[in-house]
Amino acid sequence: MSTDRLSVLKTYKLFVGGKFPRSESGRVYEVTDAKGNWLANAPRSSRKDARDAVVAARKAFGGWSGATAYNRGQILYRVAEMLEGRREQFTAEVAAGEGLSKAKAAAQVDAAVDRWVWYAGWSDKIAQVAGGANPVAGPYFNLSTPEPTGVVAVLAPSDSSFLGLVSVLAPVIVTGNTAVVVPSESAPLPALSLGEVLATSDLPGGVVNLLSGSPAEIGRPLAAHQDVNAIDLAATAGDAELARELEVAAADNLKRVLRPEARADWQTTPGTDRMLAFLETKTVWHPMGGLGAGGSSY
Amino acid sequence: MTNDGFHGQNGVFAYAPAPESRSVVDIAPSYGLFIDGEFREAADGKVFKTLAPASEEVLSEVAQAGAADVDAAVAAARKAFTGWSALPGAERAKYLFRIARVIQERSRELAVLETLDNGKPIKESRDADLPLVAAHFFYYAGWADKLDHAGFGPAPRPVGVAGQVIPWNFPLLMLAWKIAPALACGNTVVLKPAETTPLSALFFADICRQAGLPRGVVNILTGDGATGAELVGHDGIDKVAFTGSTAVGKEIARTVAGTGKRLTLELGGKGANIVFDDAPIDQAVEGIVGGIFFNQGQVCCAGSRLLVQESIHDELLDALKRRLTTLRVGDPLDKNTDVGAINSAEQLARITELAEAGEAEGAERWSAPCELPSNGYWFAPTLFLGVSQAHRVAREEIFGPVLSVLTFRTPDEAVAKANNTPYGLSAGVWTEKGSRILAMAGRLRAGVVWANTFNKFDPTSPFGGYRESGFGREGGRHGLEAYLEH
Amino acid sequence: MPPSAAPALPDVTASDQALRRFLHGLPGVDAVGLDARAAALGTRSIKTTAKAYAIDLAISMIDLTTLEGADTPGKVRSLCAKGRNPDPSDRTAPSPAAICVYPDMVRVAKESLAGTDIQVASVATAFPAGRASREVKIADVREAVAAGADEIDMVIDRGAFLSGRYLKVFEEIAAVRECCERPSGGAARLKVIFENGELATYDNVRRASWLAMLAGADFIKTSTGKVAVNATPPNTLVMLEAVRDFRASTGRQVGVKPAGGIRTTKDAIKYLVMVNETLGDDWLSPRWFRFGASGLLNDLLMQRQKLSSGRYSGPDYVTVD
Repeated sequence: MSTDRLSVLKTYKLFVGGKFPRSESGRVYEVTDAKGNWLANAPRSSRKDARDAVVAARKAFGGWSGATAYNRGQILYRVAEMLEGRREQFTAEVAAGEGLSKAKAAAQVDAAVDRWVWYAGWSDKIAQVAGGANPVAGPYFNLSTPEPTGVVAVLAPSDSSFLGLVSVLAPVIVTGNTAVVVPSESAPLPALSLGEVLATSDLPGGVVNLLSGSPAEIGRPLAAHQDVNAIDLAATAGDAELARELEVAAADNLKRVLRPEARADWQTTPGTDRMLAFLETKTVWHPMGGLGAGGSSY
Repeated sequence: MTNDGFHGQNGVFAYAPAPESRSVVDIAPSYGLFIDGEFREAADGKVFKTLAPASEEVLSEVAQAGAADVDAAVAAARKAFTGWSALPGAERAKYLFRIARVIQERSRELAVLETLDNGKPIKESRDADLPLVAAHFFYYAGWADKLDHAGFGPAPRPVGVAGQVIPWNFPLLMLAWKIAPALACGNTVVLKPAETTPLSALFFADICRQAGLPRGVVNILTGDGATGAELVGHDGIDKVAFTGSTAVGKEIARTVAGTGKRLTLELGGKGANIVFDDAPIDQAVEGIVGGIFFNQGQVCCAGSRLLVQESIHDELLDALKRRLTTLRVGDPLDKNTDVGAINSAEQLARITELAEAGEAEGAERWSAPCELPSNGYWFAPTLFLGVSQAHRVAREEIFGPVLSVLTFRTPDEAVAKANNTPYGLSAGVWTEKGSRILAMAGRLRAGVVWANTFNKFDPTSPFGGYRESGFGREGGRHGLEAYLEH
Repeated sequence: MPPSAAPALPDVTASDQALRRFLHGLPGVDAVGLDARAAALGTRSIKTTAKAYAIDLAISMIDLTTLEGADTPGKVRSLCAKGRNPDPSDRTAPSPAAICVYPDMVRVAKESLAGTDIQVASVATAFPAGRASREVKIADVREAVAAGADEIDMVIDRGAFLSGRYLKVFEEIAAVRECCERPSGGAARLKVIFENGELATYDNVRRASWLAMLAGADFIKTSTGKVAVNATPPNTLVMLEAVRDFRASTGRQVGVKPAGGIRTTKDAIKYLVMVNETLGDDWLSPRWFRFGASGLLNDLLMQRQKLSSGRYSGPDYVTVD
């Protein structure tokens, strides 16, 4: 053990509205590595933190959903750029949190960086794939476009603290949604560090809000929250009872619910499903008239 | 004055009655459940009556399906699924094309039947419902052998057995919206029509028979809310599709939670119809009238909130009132009737209750003078003026011929008021300024935005809501998604 | 300026610019919505007593027209005789509102119709193209009025209208309107023809309607019958809406005359339904609504015979004049 310098430990904080608050409850919990060694104290978020995060996410929604797709793509790509320079830090956090070898952890981080790049490119393409003109039988122009559904609560996978997190977060925000994310309870440090990256990637404050703590504890108020439009239940894989309970609560304002997959595969390049799950299709009609009084209907 | 001595007549141009003949439809005194290709009585023998809402005449007696019948229907659909889903898409397509053709051939009969059982004007069942029903089957017929190209992966599979529950406002059209995409994708269905409008679904069963559709692919269970609850709660179905009220939709979402069943919901609305001062006024008036009085306002996407720019409020309201005086309310079978009967005593009571609340809360109530028939369920086309966002008539879905009139000053205010509702199904925008149309369309949180038009429907055009108006889309390529595994 | 030329809105007619600002400030017309409304009104089912009423009303609204290069006094007399006695087999058939001819035939028509209420209408202002000097047009009108025309059907200068010279169109209508005054008192009623088929857009039809009404038109008329597109239900509906709105603004009522292409009873009834549901009873008289037609009369008469006899009639049971 080196004795020449005492390392500076980081206080991990939440990421809400572009700022780094502690939990309003003042609670923290011990985060340990796979062998049980203490790594850090993470904030244990409360329902009030969830409430504040939803307010921040709602406030950010207008600007983020109204930004050009090109701009959103640039920002997601910027996230990848920022992460690239901090690969070692994330590799260390993933390795410790998930008990992986450094090589395996590095592969996870690389895949996560690549995933940001992959989704960044979707920003200005998904509308062309998911929308389009509809040939209605009448003198109307009719166009369907996908639109972000709003504020999405993301209960991130518990077993993949970084690649899994990025795999569920990027598809939510690339289309213009804003997110309140509950990261892996046991390994929240990569997520909390990601907040620091997001804060320096031109991502407007409030687009992503990160609340460490218990998905069951924070998930309940989020699932029931009337100003949350959708919920991703990835964290409830393996807890059917919690999944059911949250889905029931989500019915109160008819949230869009993305149910957990039994065996999620975070390694393979995903399809469009996770983006489509949080998109609404808006269809606009407009008359496409004859040019006038000349040739008419009779 | 030499010009005054005209020999023409001066009098009132009163339209004589022009009733559509009832003789084109032959309604049996009773109907059973359509399970596994055959009509049968309910296991417990229960029946209920269906009325003509325009006259309260009993049209027929239909079976009330219970738990055993739901079991039997789901089992029949499950049995049929194997064969139906294995059929080449091109063969499924041909069945659907056959169905579409038979619907066209029998469209007059079905229009009269729909008008009798629902109370809607024959003009609408003839010119809107039935053509759209046939078009929907034609549209999805063509998809059945092209699903590989629909954007849901290379070989999308059907979901399985779909339990479908539909409302009474467009009985046959809602059936088409449910059954056509389900069958095209290779699913089999158990469909429950609304309690007050069971007949056209039972006639559709006969159309399936004429088209030679294999047994069990389509099963029709008549019944009430309890039947619907049995169906959506049944373990043997893979997919629930519901159109109806938001309250029931939430209940279904809770029932389905944790079961893994796929779910799509098309629920209520409180659509804003926004009229700017540079609108094409005469067409806007038509759009407002069509937006709220089409089908007696019993339309989930009705433009039930008129948001009018304050600067043209008086002018527009004068024009609107003048137009309402020409609406012809009465016998739904009369070809000149514009506004028919309310579908049921229960619905009439709800409309009446909310209208009374509107008055009690201080909004000004206005109706054109009109004589309502003494039998049946009727409600005069009604405006509420001076409504604010806080009034119940501005917030709650009335599902009747009642329009709440609110004002706005700026485009931002219009957007804020239009979006200030838990619903998000439809909205209308009237302005001649193209850039404003597009800006408004972008900001309105609604699944369908009609600009300079209203209440237009097409099988190619996805339909469905944001927020508490439900999720999933019906119509178009998007409408396939609910019935495919991907 | 004639007395009825809308003194309520004097400043809007001061210049081309003022007229443009006013006319282009009128609410726009959405063509699809307009077509849909006209088509919807066309689905009204008019049966039995309502049909009988509508047929007689339509007959009484006809401007029975002959406007051919080959017109002769004999042809005009024959048409007038038809007007006096439309159905020799049924004297209860009403007469049309007017006989419509070229100016040089006015005197013949006037003589032939002596003792009846049937009006003589004359086209004028270098009908149908209107491509002549103001002086020639005025002379045309004066001749027709002097010959006894009760009504003048003038054409507007479409070229001036389409090139934005609204004031020129306005002044020409106002000048013609003045020439309709008779020295003996009273005036021929002025119908102003737009030629909707050449104005091309519904917005233009609405603007032309207001322009003509501001200039003193007693009637606004769709077309000459000499171009490919004449009266249609939607372009007539725009004009019905314009006269409705004009009366609401100024208090002055103006009539509407669709002309050209209305050949069947079914067509005529669709127009009457439009009048009924857009304007109401106030316009349901030959004083305020006309059909510019020729063949229409016989179809109405055949339908009339069918209603009274219960069997379908044929072209040999109505007179060809």
